Parts: sequence; structure tokens; C-alpha cells
Amino acid sequence: MSAHFPAPRVIASLALALTLGISGAWQAFAAANTQIAESALPNGLRIFVKTDRRAPVVVCMVWYRVGSMDEVNGTTGVAHVLEHMMFKGTKAVPAGEFSRFIAEAGGRDNAFTSRDYTGYFQMLHKSQLPLAMRLEADRMANLALTSEEFTKELRVVMEERRWRVEDRPRSLVYEQLTAAALKAHPYRYPVIGWMSDLEQMRVEDAKAFYERWYAPNNATLVVVGDVTAQEVHKLATQYFGALKTKTLPVRKITEEPEQRGPQYLTVRAPAELPFVMMAYRAPVLRDPDAEWEPYALEMLANVLDGNEAARLNRNLVRTERIASSADASYDGIGRGPGTFYLSATPTSGKTAQDVEQALRREVQKLIAEGVTAEELQRMKSQAVASHVYERDSMYFQAQQIGSLDMVGLPPSLMDLFVEKLKLVTAEQVQAVAKKYLIDDQLTVAYLDPQPVAGKKPSAPPAGLRHEQ
Amino acid sequence: MNSKPLQLVATLVLLALAQAAHAILPIQHWETKRGARVYFVENHDLPMLDVSVDFPAGAGFDTREKSGAANMTANMLRLGAGGMDEDRIARELADVGAQLGGRFDGDRGGAGVRTLSSASERARALEILARMVAQPEFPAPVLEREKVRLIAMLKEADTKPDTIAARTFSRMVYPTHPYGLRSAGEVDTISKLSRDDLAAFHRSHYNAERAVVALMGDVTREEAAGIAEALTAGLPAAAGPAAQLPPVPQLPKSEARWIIHPSTQSHIMVGAPGIRRDDPDYFALFVGNHVLGGGGFQSRITEEVRQKRGLAYSAYSYFSPMLREGPFVVGMQTKGEQAREALDVVNKTINDFLTQGPTAKELAAAKKNIIGGFPLRIDSNRKIHEYLAVIGFYRLPLTYLDDFIRNVDRVTAEQVKSAFQRRIHPDRMVTVVVGPTDRSAKLDR
Repeated sequence: MSAHFPAPRVIASLALALTLGISGAWQAFAAANTQIAESALPNGLRIFVKTDRRAPVVVCMVWYRVGSMDEVNGTTGVAHVLEHMMFKGTKAVPAGEFSRFIAEAGGRDNAFTSRDYTGYFQMLHKSQLPLAMRLEADRMANLALTSEEFTKELRVVMEERRWRVEDRPRSLVYEQLTAAALKAHPYRYPVIGWMSDLEQMRVEDAKAFYERWYAPNNATLVVVGDVTAQEVHKLATQYFGALKTKTLPVRKITEEPEQRGPQYLTVRAPAELPFVMMAYRAPVLRDPDAEWEPYALEMLANVLDGNEAARLNRNLVRTERIASSADASYDGIGRGPGTFYLSATPTSGKTAQDVEQALRREVQKLIAEGVTAEELQRMKSQAVASHVYERDSMYFQAQQIGSLDMVGLPPSLMDLFVEKLKLVTAEQVQAVAKKYLIDDQLTVAYLDPQPVAGKKPSAPPAGLRHEQ
Repeated sequence: MNSKPLQLVATLVLLALAQAAHAILPIQHWETKRGARVYFVENHDLPMLDVSVDFPAGAGFDTREKSGAANMTANMLRLGAGGMDEDRIARELADVGAQLGGRFDGDRGGAGVRTLSSASERARALEILARMVAQPEFPAPVLEREKVRLIAMLKEADTKPDTIAARTFSRMVYPTHPYGLRSAGEVDTISKLSRDDLAAFHRSHYNAERAVVALMGDVTREEAAGIAEALTAGLPAAAGPAAQLPPVPQLPKSEARWIIHPSTQSHIMVGAPGIRRDDPDYFALFVGNHVLGGGGFQSRITEEVRQKRGLAYSAYSYFSPMLREGPFVVGMQTKGEQAREALDVVNKTINDFLTQGPTAKELAAAKKNIIGGFPLRIDSNRKIHEYLAVIGFYRLPLTYLDDFIRNVDRVTAEQVKSAFQRRIHPDRMVTVVVGPTDRSAKLDR
């Protein structure tokens, strides 16, 4: 399904994916295979290439270091709306033609927007890489942005918001939790934007955002597949080389003030089951060599929820049977602040507060007693194996390289991450639990289910014909 | 921009692929001693192996009275088997870095694993998989817990407009056929499922003679043969001829149902019983549907609903070919007040396509995308493994992938039109709309 979608959870999944990995021999294999060539053009375009000759295909991605965290009040959602508009034509390539050219070349294309970045990709036969790069270079500088196309596409984006958020109670919980946990940092904006901002958005807003941020010196080209770094660099020079460098605005991001106590909120929406989601402020990875806490937090999330026999599922779902599901995740790779999440759905007859208390008991047990060597070793084995499995997807590898570069981390972290996870000790896991999973840093959101009225089908009138 | 050079390149790609003297993907096929069919592609690029064992044990093999038995059987394979309890299975798989997979749909039930190919890790993972498929225990206390969880999940799902639409649609398209049963079962049938029901379902459907083993990755043919034998040796023997799914009756007439729901969007589904996996018109319908609603921004439905009118974020059509006639579905979601308009647009788009078929230009564009994009269909172990499982289960020719491009290329506009007209009848269609407005709602513009 081709559709230009935002990926607000992409960072969380990256962190998860980077984590999942066995013995030394496998790691040696993985390291030997991750050779990422880096170069740059004089205009500032950064280039990463990873050759993978398993199939005659390439994944081509252009990333811009601009996402919803670069938006301001009143125009939230503009980064994502602009992503949609990037398919709506340039002088040389009229609206809709971009995807048509890629499709007729046998390719698939799409795009994604997150809090930190906006990315565009094509997957195609290697012979078609020049086409992809020519089209990407064209829309980096020559986007038409007409108000006629904008008006139509804005309606599509509002439908997307209704589909992704308005009619999904748990999406509403996540949106409200994020907006409540952060008071000032722009991570509090939903990636897709608030509906009222979408309603008042004008083509000029998208145009201003495009002119401010879309430039070779704010972009990174990532290519993974059956191609060499030299070939990519040559093509990049040919197609992107003439694009002008822009003076990028100073990024004035509001720092999140210190949280001074626990926060609670309730979301009422049509649903059957209650649900609770807890967000603890946590550090993000900035110095991958020197820091250890983010790796320990990643292992902590895995000890709680890394497989079906991990603590939350074993204790809350299987043994106590207080929850029908329970999850933990750590979002520690991003340009903004990090978060450690816990969430659970109570079983019938239990409340959101009951499972919240059960989650808290697991945290307290971990803080008091730590983790076992066996648990830790199991998670490390999983991480090493997963790191091998990741090699099966060129798209995934390109995704990792690009998203790490966007948040200011070296793509070599793909391999380093697993090495660092292997060094995490039981004491470190216990220490980060004690330091970060504390009430002062906590925001809790409850879903309070409301009855779904009017469930009864309206009976069709007698003798009704099919509505053609 | 001139598109001529592109056409040339696409043609060259096609020729290069079509004229390759060797098979695009050398699939090795044999039967185990017990008669299980094995499909294997040997590839040593990555030190890993994907393995699955599937059976004709999907939800279509449920009875109305015990609806949900097939799903619960597949779900519980990993929750206790061969003397290992659920925690031990999960722990030991994690210890070797293996990831459980498994397939469950209207036709197929089974289990699979992705593992490192190194001898000790691989042996442990496959040993556990063999216990799961051959010696599941269905422990009663675990079953009780899973029933409670599943029932809660279904009740939750039943508050969602997309679930309500899909259930209603399925019941209307298959009023008597088991494809119309909810694949997870109903609250009252699930609550009555017993350990014996699952054991009986396993005994009668997870038979060695009907197993399909698909292997992709870093083992030799000899190793693959040993793995396939080990995975199927302990399976129950078939007691009689294989259960057959009943034929799917045609719908007698069109029927529409509007269901009020407090959502902001209306969920729209239009469709009917579609095609079987062995349908001789498979490629004409596949290519034709790419033009109608399966080709993303290349397709008419996306063009009319989204590009021209901004009515929906996603709008599509697809065939779901199965052992019997799987559904043909057209779907989208739109703001409640626009439901009537969107439905009119989509019905007109379907009718126009049925009357006229694709244009020469549309057909050529669809073929270029499908043929030029063929390498993307087999560019990872996971995708190739999926193809092996499908080719095996549906008994497609071993040359299915080698012939794929030729079969797409030879489809004509006339064949598409004729095949669609024989399968899709505007006077025998189901329409379901779930959302905040009913059929009489006025248009907002």
C-alpha cells in the first residue's frame, strides 16, 4: 500500500531493533558485513552507501534533518503536510508524475515523517537508481506547491489524522500522554499535527517550511544495495551537485524544564477495556562511546518485555493474570528528550489502576533485587541474533543508517550498539531502574472506556437494491 | 521529462529476466518418508535459516459450533509441548536467539522459526519447533487463561468501526460458508472450547501427509532433508481423506448495510466472493486489479478517491485468492459526512472498469511496474520463504517465479475485462458502511 505516512514510532522501533542480538563468532560476521562508506558533496549533502549484492536492487533514501520538533505553535503538522506535498509536482515533473515515473520503472516509493526528521525512499532495480536520484534532486529545490494541490492534499491529511488518531482510543492516550509529560519541548506536538492547526494551514506555511529547511546541507542521501560507493558518489555529484547551499535557521529548541512530581491524566473514549500508559523521563544517547546508561535502560526494557517469558508477560499476564497484555519500551535515540514507557491492559474485572500498581510492583522488585545473570545473558543472545537477522532487509539497514545520522549519531552505532549491550552488567540495569523509574519523573495516562452507543445496525429497507 | 528511456530500460530488465537460461530461483522439492511436501532454497549469504511447517488447518476448517478451534490450536502450539511448559519454550528459544513465526489464515495453520544457522543454535530451535507441531499439550489452565484473554480482546475489537465493518462484510459475503466465520471464533464458541477439542483438531488436521515444509537459507540439501524428516516424523497420521472446504455459493443479490457508530470516519467495504488460488484467470485478475485499486498511486480508485477529491487517506481493492473463492474487497475510510459521496465515486469507478476494462496505457503501466519490480519480490530470505510456503501449500508449479514475468506480460486488456466481468457482478455485491452517518445523510457539498 503506497501512502505517505508519518512514522511517529520509528525511533522506538529503531531502539528496539538495535537491541535485539549470540556468541562472538556471529558478532564478527555482523561487523565484517557492515561497511558503510561516507562522503559529502561541496554543497553539504552527506552520503552513506552500504553495498549489499544479494539481489540486483537498491534502496535510495533522502533524509532531511527536520521534523515535527522544528515546528512552532499554530502550524503543527506542517513537516508532515510538506512530506505529502513533495509528491505534488515541480516545474519539470507535474503533480503525481513522481510516483508514476517510479512505478513505471518497477519501483516502490513512499515517505515518512517523525519528530526528528523527514525521509523519502524508492526501492527499485539497480539500473533505475539514476532516475530516483534525479527526481529527488529535482524536488529538493524546485517544488511547485500550488494552493489547488495543497487544498486537496490537506483534506487527505485530515482523513489520515482521523484514521490514525481520532478514532483510536489508544492513539489518543499516547497523544495526550506525550502532550502532558512534556510542558515545553516541541516533542509534545503530535507528528501529524493538532486538527485545528491543520484546519488553518495555508500553502504559504508549507512553502516557508520548505524554503527554510530543504537544502543539500540539511539532507543526507543513503543508498543500500547492489551498487558501489563510487557509483553513488558520481551520480550524486551529477544530480545534486548544482543545488545551492542555504543558510539554515538557528535551531531554537525550548529545553524541557525539570519535572517536579508525578502527573496523572485520564482520557475518555469509546472502548471496552481500560488501559494504562506510564512515561518516565529518561536520558537519550548522545555520546555512544562514553555513556552506558542508555544501553542499560535498553536492557532493562528487554528484561521486562524482551520475550514471552520476560518478567511482565510471565508475571502479570501468565501467573497473576491481572493483565491481558503488558509492555515496556525505551525510546532513547532522538534529537529531543528520552522516555521509558510501561503500559498494560487489565483483565476483565481489573482496573487500569490495578495494572498500574502491578507494573509498579515489578519496577520495585527490580530496584530492590536487580536482575539475574541468566536473564541478562538471554537478552544479549537475542540482541546478537537479531542483529544478524536485520541484514535480511536492505530497507531496514538504510532506515537505521539514516535515522542515526539524523539524530547526530554515527551509523557505525548499528554494530557498536550490540557490543555495548553485551557489556551491560546486572548492577547497571538495577542502577538505571533506581535512578530513572521514580515518581518525580512519571506521567500516567488512563483510558476510561465509554460505552459505544448506537451499536445496532440500521435495518435496510425492504427490497433494497445494491447502491450503485 | 521524457519517459522513453525508462521504457527501454524496463524492457531490457524484462528481457534479461525472462531470457535467463537458469531458473531465477532454484527451488528443490521432495517428499519426506511420511509424505510431507518439502520446498527448499539453499542460500549461504547470511548465517540464518527460515523454516515453517503449514497444514490445511486454517479458520476455514472450523465448524460453526466450535468456531475458533483452529485459531486456538495454532496459538497454543507454543504454550506447552513435548514436556516443555510455555516459559521453558520461550526461554530456550530466546537463549539461542530464535524467533517464532507462524501462519494462520482462512486456509493455513502452522508454526515456523527464524534461527541462526550455526549447528547448536539451529538444532535447539528446530527441536523445539518439532515438539510444537507434533506434541502440543494444550494445558487446560493455560487454555482457560487464553480464552479469557481472547474474549476480552474480541470485545474490545468489537467496539472499533474497522472490526465491525470487516465482520459484517465477511458474514454477508459468506453467509453459510466457513470463510464467513470469525477466524478467532465467537465469544460463546470460544468459551466452550475444551482441551479435547484442540487435541482433536490437531490430530485430524496437523497430519504428516498434508504438511508443507518450507526452508530458506544457510543449510545444505542434506541438512534440509534431515530437518524436514525430524519436523514431520512425530506428526499424527491422517485417519482418512483430507477435509475439503465446501464450495462458495454465489450471492443471490446485492445487499447494503449501514451501521451507526460514534467514530469520526465511516469505514466502507464493497465486495463479493472472489477467486481461488488455482483460478486460470489469476494473472488477468492480478494485473487488472493493479489498475483498478491494487497499484497504489497508479490505480484508478486512489486516483478518483484520493488524488482528485481528497476523500480518503487510503483507498484500495484486492483479491484474496484462497483454496476456495477468497474475497474481492474494495475498502476506504472517510469523514462521516462524505461517506455517501465516496461510496458513489467508488461504485462508479468499479462499474466503469467492469464495462470498459483497462486502457492500453493503464495496462502497459501496470505491467511495467509489476515486471520491473519483480526483483523486489525476491530480494530477501523472508520474501523467498513466503513464496516457498505459498507455492507448496497451493501446489503451484515449481517454475511459478520463473514464469511470473511471462504470465504477467501476456495478459491482454480483453482478458482483464472478460475475467472481471465473469467474476464481479454489480448486482451481486455486498456493501457495508460503519460510521457516524446513515445512508440518508446529506452531502456536505
